[in-house]
Amino acid sequence: MDLSIDAGEFLAVLGPSGCGKSTLLRMIARLSATSGGRIVTEPEQFQTAFVFQDAHLLPWRTVLDNAALPLELMGSGQEARYAKARAALAQVGLAEAEARYPAQLSGGMRMRVSLARALVTEPRLLLMDEPFAALDEITRFHLEVQLRDLWQRRGMTVIFVTHSISEAAFLANRAVVLARRGGKIRLDRAIDLPWERTNDLRSDPRLGHEMKLLMGAMEEE
Amino acid sequence: MKKFLPPLIPFVLVTLALEWMVRSGFVPSYLIPAPSAVLRALIDSRDELAAAMAKTSAAAVIGFALSTLTGVAIAVLLSSSRAIQRAFYPYAVFFQTVPIIAIAPLLVIWFGYGMKTVIASAFIVSIFPVIANTLTGLLSTDPALRDLFRLYGASATVTLVKLRFPAALPQILTGLRVASGLAVIGAIVGEFIGGQGLGSVVDVARTQQRVDKVFAAVLLASALGLALFGLINLISAVTLRRWHASEQVS
Repeated sequence: MDLSIDAGEFLAVLGPSGCGKSTLLRMIARLSATSGGRIVTEPEQFQTAFVFQDAHLLPWRTVLDNAALPLELMGSGQEARYAKARAALAQVGLAEAEARYPAQLSGGMRMRVSLARALVTEPRLLLMDEPFAALDEITRFHLEVQLRDLWQRRGMTVIFVTHSISEAAFLANRAVVLARRGGKIRLDRAIDLPWERTNDLRSDPRLGHEMKLLMGAMEEE
Repeated sequence: MKKFLPPLIPFVLVTLALEWMVRSGFVPSYLIPAPSAVLRALIDSRDELAAAMAKTSAAAVIGFALSTLTGVAIAVLLSSSRAIQRAFYPYAVFFQTVPIIAIAPLLVIWFGYGMKTVIASAFIVSIFPVIANTLTGLLSTDPALRDLFRLYGASATVTLVKLRFPAALPQILTGLRVASGLAVIGAIVGEFIGGQGLGSVVDVARTQQRVDKVFAAVLLASALGLALFGLINLISAVTLRRWHASEQVS
């Protein structure tokens, strides 16, 4: 596979199950080693955040302490990390829930805490591994709009792995479709949709056109 | 009250049935004493039984506390590396299969008659479930969360303290529940040989054909086990209240 990603891009990675989408993310995050080839980043070191398929919160911690966890692990003081965690929670619309525990939240709220936890370090690169796959569709629609909005304001790079064609087309500026085997890229396409993505776009024929192209690449297998 | 009523009903029924069976001569009282006779034995020998109960409780609690501390420490050590686990875990399992009743005389040789032997016996019997459950808990940390801790550069110690240990807490408490009952059994067995407490009361009463007193002592031993079990449940309810499914009040 040969893939280069520009800073500030919103890239969706599509492909059939088992094609190595998640492995690709883990390798970029340096959580897995590459068996051959290299991953080169410019600059070499920068803040990366990872959002998993499920929220994976620490159930014994409050929402605030969950959101502040990355800063705590990186050794920042309590006052500074709470201030940043509160700001991150406000960005995902959870300012009111900071004292609650994960067991008291809905699935969508838990995922938003997970998102706040990722944003709290102000990452340059946000890696997302099918983050909304387990949510109901309405919640997913809201979170997608919210994520797109956050990306526009933050100017960070997002690599978003998904198996949902509509999600990839709706969210991304660029989408790649991976082949079932060998890590080959079947399609690499700049998504031709307006910058501003709202729920109105979901019934727009241009979105349908993009989805059709992506679907075509996925079905060529 | 609603919680205690259901188990109370069978207790009352069985007690009444037993009383009736013994009084009507259906069951000879030298085999099974009437509940009223057990109650009388409890009252008549209250000083002796209270002193014995105090000794057994102290030994069981100390043995249990020791196995909790040592068991958790051993599990942390075992969980730290696959090699250490391979090398030592089989011996922990082996330890569990040693019949305590067979090595109790050895304990007397090592520690002499009295408290030390009884504590050692309670400790040996109750440590394995602590090790096994804590180890399982420490090894089943959510891999995604381990990745997350790695991503933010957390050290092994920080990961243990902030992630693996708290995540293992429900399993650790399960181990402690099992261990608390075993510690009482271990203490009683130790007392048979080591000569003190409720175990000794049972042993002496048995030779005197005082089944009522045997039952009275056994009843107290069970009460001790229940009290320890209740204590762990209380700790569990307080620590897991907010987050674990087993303690969620719906």
